[in-house]
Amino acid sequence: MNHAILVIAVTSVVTAVLRFIPFLIFGGKRETPAYISYLGRLLPYAVMAMLVVYCLRNIGFAAAPFGAPELISCAVVALLHVWKRSSILSILGGTVCYMLLVQLVF
Amino acid sequence: MKKEVIKKAFVASVPVLSGYLVIGLSFGVVLQSRGYGALWSAAMSAFIYAGSMQFVAVELMSSAASLITVALTTVMVNMRHVFYGLSMVDRYKNTGRARPYLIFALTDETYSLVCNPPEMKAEDEKSFYILVSALDHIYWIVGSVLGSIIGSVLPFSTEGIDFALTALFVSVFVEQWLSAKDHVPALMGLGASVLCLLVFGADNFLIPAMLLILLGLTLYRKREGARV
Repeated sequence: MNHAILVIAVTSVVTAVLRFIPFLIFGGKRETPAYISYLGRLLPYAVMAMLVVYCLRNIGFAAAPFGAPELISCAVVALLHVWKRSSILSILGGTVCYMLLVQLVF
Repeated sequence: MKKEVIKKAFVASVPVLSGYLVIGLSFGVVLQSRGYGALWSAAMSAFIYAGSMQFVAVELMSSAASLITVALTTVMVNMRHVFYGLSMVDRYKNTGRARPYLIFALTDETYSLVCNPPEMKAEDEKSFYILVSALDHIYWIVGSVLGSIIGSVLPFSTEGIDFALTALFVSVFVEQWLSAKDHVPALMGLGASVLCLLVFGADNFLIPAMLLILLGLTLYRKREGARV
């Protein structure tokens, strides 16, 4: 119980510190360095790919079902999103697909 | 606060409303399945207020992870917020006493709304930022508490509902892919992450992947002749 509270406290404080860092460093009168602006602009694209890989990191490709539920559901999310570009539809559709696959098929 | 600003903020926040309810709900369900009830999910969603990190925090709470591990994991998972904040430094400059809250509440989704606000008078923008940030925060807390409450009474198995988070990232990735002209950064992120996953394994790949991405983007900028 105490450990859980400490985990929440540490996570909260560290998350807040990370959010404040750029404002503490560049929030004054100084102009934001070009390199930082460049990273701020392009990094989100790379980070999102990294987060997708992060979510899928524990898939066992060596044994059945070879990551099939995850890969099929990711494809469903991507196709739904290309089709309608509605994040709620993509997320809901992909999640329902995954739940059905892991509970009923694999 | 003007009625039209309230209306604009609410309309802008509707996509986040739906997304946060679904993901918040699945967070509450996952947390409930580990034996932590509504009060825990309300506290985590109010204070941590970072979707992916909260799912990771549930794992850390269930294990005997040291607080150093918790802090380092948080840095790795939430490092991207440092970069999101960079483009809000100027916009949040004149927000006065609301500024600390606005920075605290700068999630990925709130960022996507406040970095691109609808047409309005400059003097109304501060109210818009505050409203959008607070609304999103409320959606997130309500969603996760609902998840905790209904998690125990749902008539069907919720196994696999945590895929909502993966689905969120995939949908954001596709959205960025569709709206970006330059796909090199996205491919770089994908390549570096897969490579580091293969080399360093599932538990240790995040930090090498971030370093490799930073290196790649830095080299890419040099090659581009520092146009930006």
